[in-house]
Amino acid sequence: MDLSSPNTLSSVEHHRAMLRIRLVEQAIAERYAEQQMRCPMHLCIGQEAIAVGVCAALQPEDKVFSNHRAHGHYLAKGGSLKAMLAELYGRATGCCGGRGGSMHLIDLDVGFMGATPIVGGTVPLAVGSAWAARLQRQPRVTVVFFGDGCFEEGVVHESLNFAALHKLPIVFVCENNQFSVYTRLNERQPDRPIYPIAAAHGLTAVSGNGNDLDAVLGLAQAAIGRARAGAGPQFLELHTYRWREHCGPNFDDNLGYRSDAEVSAGLADCPILAHAQRLGVAHPDFPAILARQEADIRAEIEEAFGFALASRASGAEQAGEKVYA
Amino acid sequence: MPERQISYAQALREGLDQAMAQDPRVIVIGEGVPDPKAIFGTTAGLRERFGGERVFDMPLSENGATGFCIGAALSGMRPVMVHQRIDFALLAMDQLVNNAAKWHYMFNGKASVPLVVRVIVGRGWGQGPQHSQSLQGMFAQIPGLRVVMPTTAHDAKGMLMAAIADNNPVIFIEHRWLHGVTDEVPEAAYQVPLDQAKVLHPGDDVTVAAFSFMALEALLAARALAPEGLSLEVVDMRSVRPLDVPTVLQSVRRTGRLLVADTAGQTGGVGAELISQVVAQGFGALRVAPVRVASPDHPAPSSPFMAETYYPTALTLAHAALALAGRPTDGPTLERLQGALTRKDPHDTPHRNFSGPF
Repeated sequence: MDLSSPNTLSSVEHHRAMLRIRLVEQAIAERYAEQQMRCPMHLCIGQEAIAVGVCAALQPEDKVFSNHRAHGHYLAKGGSLKAMLAELYGRATGCCGGRGGSMHLIDLDVGFMGATPIVGGTVPLAVGSAWAARLQRQPRVTVVFFGDGCFEEGVVHESLNFAALHKLPIVFVCENNQFSVYTRLNERQPDRPIYPIAAAHGLTAVSGNGNDLDAVLGLAQAAIGRARAGAGPQFLELHTYRWREHCGPNFDDNLGYRSDAEVSAGLADCPILAHAQRLGVAHPDFPAILARQEADIRAEIEEAFGFALASRASGAEQAGEKVYA
Repeated sequence: MPERQISYAQALREGLDQAMAQDPRVIVIGEGVPDPKAIFGTTAGLRERFGGERVFDMPLSENGATGFCIGAALSGMRPVMVHQRIDFALLAMDQLVNNAAKWHYMFNGKASVPLVVRVIVGRGWGQGPQHSQSLQGMFAQIPGLRVVMPTTAHDAKGMLMAAIADNNPVIFIEHRWLHGVTDEVPEAAYQVPLDQAKVLHPGDDVTVAAFSFMALEALLAARALAPEGLSLEVVDMRSVRPLDVPTVLQSVRRTGRLLVADTAGQTGGVGAELISQVVAQGFGALRVAPVRVASPDHPAPSSPFMAETYYPTALTLAHAALALAGRPTDGPTLERLQGALTRKDPHDTPHRNFSGPF
């Protein structure tokens, strides 16, 4: 294996991107107990391959919308880590100036159009973004990330219908982690896969292993390429697993809503470890490269937390500003 | 030479046409926008002139389509949505309240939503409980939305053009019975501010602050009361959010009496908010307690027999104004007012020639 080949370099970069998300989320989890990040927090640990694989297939001018569990999507699209952490701490330097918290992320400089926590809320907005691209004769593709629970929202089906009707350049990415808070998929949907319903709406729809970076990347590249080429909207159902509690920094398997065996299997199916092992098998130098990568990431995270904590916060006297443009 | 007279619906059509000609970012979408009826004529000819990419029909997906428009607005377009009844927009409240109204605020001003949502309040001809609600109070509760209710054809065009040019989401409430009312409307493009009330009829004894169609009823009342020696100042509120309280206060400081006329039901309505603000800021100017005239606190029934007394009229307002001024409300005065103000047209149509169905 040639360590300097483009493919190898991008594989290493994908590992870095996934590990960076993992380590950011873990650092948030560790510091959450300090009670200084005073907002709901939905961590994406275990789901990193979907964010990284999809965003790696996008161009800088492409747009991304996301949901309440957005840290990974935001970072994978290139969103500023400092601005994200400052937002979690409610500081003026946060990406929303402290008005949003963890559930509202934005970085327009990198095409991250916005993440919001009303389930389904951004799905039609992404369709509107794709619609605008069509009207403006611009080649950009829009991606929207949402979960299996979101697929139960009527507005998602309104969005699929309209996107298919007008053959819009959009990729719907359904992260199926099997849970809506504590409610398992089989209590919410009949025993059938999700993606054929999107196909029935007229989309090109496929499913795949969301914990396999290379698989995600391959599906995403194909889907994004088709959308950009004018083949109409695409739908990816990617299977993954939520490691920690729905909202908050902890593991919550003491609650008994999922079996120990299931959790063990879920945690064993680690997208980052699997990717690292594939790289390690490919070349003996990789373990050392990845170790250096981790040290760099930890330093970056430390610096970003320092930035956030040192930033000033806007005061209550500014809370009434910016209601109108 | 007198100004050209056209109807409210024609004025809306002209405003849309000119806004689209001025700005290629303006697009129009709604159920029926390009169909043969063209939203009561207000979108007639737009698709022929501007093409199918800018003038859209839409699936029956009110919430989704509102989101499509918000997403397009965030991406540089300036969409105008149309709902043939305001009741249909209830399906879109999530997108309007959670996204359109808040996007600018929650993302610290980094993006804004230049979106106009035209919604039409129905009345009469059996429209009934789900086709004749006046929901301005509900929308007016939401920071981040502008909510306007133009009354005249002149303001319909000017406020629509201002709404399209504005960078915020604007709920543009039309009353179906205003669509046929004509007025002097300049042919050139112009804008009317979205936050200012207007005195339609000057007077000294009672201030009537009226919303939408009720401003026309108030105008009739003012004309009928003038020979009775009672002078009404009719303020057409035009905007619901923000409320132009200063204009009302200025009037009340002269008249000392305030009558608020809303097209909606009374409880929790914008009339209550207006009175509350006038009392808080101008209590000393009030000679008597302000009075509200509104629809009863129950849904509008469909049957013309059951709906006959549902809507307050010019006569209701005249009666309330007399009472507010301490004048007799019975005897020959009442008879003269009844003669002047009792509708000659059927109570459930905007005018004699209206034959339904919508």
